Amino acid sequence: MSSPVKRTQWDEELTQFRQDHGLSKKVLLNCCLVRRIISWASPSKKDSIEDELELSAVRHRPEALEQLEAQTRFSRKELQILYRGFKNECPSGVVNEDTFKEIYAQFFPQGDASTYAHFLFNAFDTDHNGSVSFEDFVMGLSILLRGSVQEKLNWAFNLYDINKDGYITKEEMLDIIKSIYDMMGKCTYPILKEETPRQHVEIFFQKMDKNRDGVVTIDEFIDCCQNDENIMRSMQLFENVI
Amino acid sequence: MAAGVAAWLPFARAAAIGWMPVANLPMPVAPSNKNKRQDELIILNVSGRRFQTWRNTLDRYPDTLLGSSEKEFFFNEETREYFFDRDPDVFRSILNFYRTGKLHYPRYECISAYDEELAFFGIIPEIISDCCYEEYKDRKRENTERLMDDLEDNKDSKLPNMTFRETMWRAFENPHTSTMALVFYYVTGFFIALSVITNVVETVPCGYMPNQRDVPCGERYTEAFFCMDTACVMIFTVEYLMRLFAAPSRYRFMRSVMSIIDVVAILPYYIGLVMTNNEDVSGAFVTLRVFRVFRIFKFSRHSQGLRILGYTLKSCASELGFLLFSLTMAIIIFATVMFYAEKGSSSSKFTSIPASFWYTIVTMTTLGYGDMVPKTIAGKIFGSICSLSGVLVIALPVPVIVSNFSRIYHQNQRADKRKAQKVQKARLARMRISKSGSSTAFLHSKRNGLNQSLELTLPYYKMKLSPQGSLEEDQQLKKTTSLLESQHHHLLHCLEKTTNHEFVDERLYEQGYLQTALQNFPSQSPSLSSEEGITGTCCSRRPKKNIQPLNATHTHSHTHNLQELSALHIQCGEQQPLNTSRSSLNLMSDESGSLNCKSSGLVTTAIISIPTPPSNNSRASPDAPSPPNPEAPPLLNPSSTDVVKISAL
Repeated sequence: MSSPVKRTQWDEELTQFRQDHGLSKKVLLNCCLVRRIISWASPSKKDSIEDELELSAVRHRPEALEQLEAQTRFSRKELQILYRGFKNECPSGVVNEDTFKEIYAQFFPQGDASTYAHFLFNAFDTDHNGSVSFEDFVMGLSILLRGSVQEKLNWAFNLYDINKDGYITKEEMLDIIKSIYDMMGKCTYPILKEETPRQHVEIFFQKMDKNRDGVVTIDEFIDCCQNDENIMRSMQLFENVI
Repeated sequence: MAAGVAAWLPFARAAAIGWMPVANLPMPVAPSNKNKRQDELIILNVSGRRFQTWRNTLDRYPDTLLGSSEKEFFFNEETREYFFDRDPDVFRSILNFYRTGKLHYPRYECISAYDEELAFFGIIPEIISDCCYEEYKDRKRENTERLMDDLEDNKDSKLPNMTFRETMWRAFENPHTSTMALVFYYVTGFFIALSVITNVVETVPCGYMPNQRDVPCGERYTEAFFCMDTACVMIFTVEYLMRLFAAPSRYRFMRSVMSIIDVVAILPYYIGLVMTNNEDVSGAFVTLRVFRVFRIFKFSRHSQGLRILGYTLKSCASELGFLLFSLTMAIIIFATVMFYAEKGSSSSKFTSIPASFWYTIVTMTTLGYGDMVPKTIAGKIFGSICSLSGVLVIALPVPVIVSNFSRIYHQNQRADKRKAQKVQKARLARMRISKSGSSTAFLHSKRNGLNQSLELTLPYYKMKLSPQGSLEEDQQLKKTTSLLESQHHHLLHCLEKTTNHEFVDERLYEQGYLQTALQNFPSQSPSLSSEEGITGTCCSRRPKKNIQPLNATHTHSHTHNLQELSALHIQCGEQQPLNTSRSSLNLMSDESGSLNCKSSGLVTTAIISIPTPPSNNSRASPDAPSPPNPEAPPLLNPSSTDVVKISAL
């Protein structure tokens, strides 16, 4: 009959429960044990069903043609052609990163395009939901093909700025440049050496980083690119792609 | 490039804008699609059934009939459609190939009709997708076998001028060819049977001699049996000698199984003749007689089924081996257990473990002679376990062997397994080649000096060339690459410019790799020469002296004073870049010299090095801080820029 001085709330509730239902302690424990075993044995039954539902439900229908026409700089016909190509390769209407990497790798058979494709994917996936829908795709293309030079440079800056903090650090640039060199593959002339990407980054920073603070901001970037004839000319290169 | 992926090329090119701020060199000019049409529907009328598709869909595969300009031959002016007088059902699969990139083989189609359609439309069967490829190959194999059988049947009838020897050999192999052969066939069969029966009857005890016990017939009628034996052996010897004479390759014949059986069958008789009736050796002589039973194997020439059985056993060697191995394991285990279980009981027959082997074998095969039985309880328990497991162990591999036999018997495939594997390897190789075709296509176009590597900064350079030269270039460009390909190549070229490195193929890469190894060890001069020797041998057909010009031209983009058309040496080896592109095949036949590897070890396309006016230096200076190439070989002589080298194709 001597009850301990302190009891936890849970303890009191439990004893109350037991007294209400006339269960002995042992029976209650057994029930809990059994439930725990069952839940351990079949842990993700609930999850797997939900997973399946999710997979089959990933099916995205893009906005209407008129809306896209208004939001992008493509004509109706161009949007039709783009969508047909898009849908052919991705019938579900969205591209996930793996498919994206596969598609992009087909254009660079000699090297490994997966890292650069990863950065590209992040650049296209503006709402960062892990998949690129047709709207994302077409918006990105609209900037790249029909945008002003300012917009294109903005996009490029966004691509290089991996963590999207507004600054390009040397490490980020090194990653980007390494991924570009990866696309070349092994069989190059001259042979790719270890320090080639790093040297390339140095050159880039020498050019771009005006105030020598070790990062490149968007203004420095745009200023510098606008003063460089080569870059300006090459930005116009893909005008007539579509 | 895969079908749908071609639609993403605009995206890949647009994404290349991401490289532009990083690049230090100017980018090449994009190929212009002058004759860019709006995408239109075209109508393909195949024997009355109209199919419609986009023109771009068909352009995805420019090396087929529908993708190239060859379809213009079928254009019907009045109805403004393309008319093909072919099977519309098969055309469905072909058109789906353009749409989806996968070629399927419909099972209800006849294989030879399908093949003909594929050949007509210029599609190689190797790209049939995996889901249908096995079916296709099986049907094709069956068909070819049937055709070959038919051919052989026809071939057997008449071949006028064969030598006597060849006729004899054919008579031996196919008894149905002539009456003589048939007669010979039956006679030898009869004598084989006779010989076997004689051997058997020889040992039967027949009749009593009054003062002796039962004698076998062989000892009673010695002369009769001896005469029959002699006759049979005569026939067999003659037959063997005739086969030996007629065989096209005597050595191979003598090594073959049947001939060994023949020899083994008749040898005991001759040995018996030679040896006297000596008491010592007669024991051995009797043993030799056992080999006479091998004559029964001579029947396998007469029976197809027997040959198939033999082949089955040979091909199931692994299953048989497994059976034997598992049995041996089980026998040893159970024999040991039984021995120790029965050790306690007195007067036990299980005297040793090898003695228990006999019990185990008899029990496991459910024979159960009863000459050895366990007496203790433990022994009986283990004995029952032994017999139960015996059933299992034996029953498991047997169905495999049986199914093997039935399969072989029904399909009668001898070497097709081996042939199929070879074909599979060839198919995979071809698919790999076509998949890597895009990369080799790019290198190929570079080699032919046809990509427009004109830099943006110097458009006037093109004007410097004679107008004729540029025209020819344009024409050649149109001839060899479709718009899609040229756009793709432009993309790869931009990547090269961005990274300031070039794509090369494997051999040039290995060569360059060896060269960097060379230059990294300049102190060891004797090894230098030996390494050069290695270079010379591993890139087998390259004469060593051409290493120098290679370096000179390759570094053209890195030195500021050279302006050249793309000039690359071609490392020709056995592995020609296989292009399934029809246009490039045409190219190869026209420019017979360009890739004619067999004649010369090293082929050089036109190398024109023209020194640039010094005013370029200022513009080219952004190039100067491009990553220095320490491996730029010291062999390069800048003075070579003054030389205009044009080597013949």
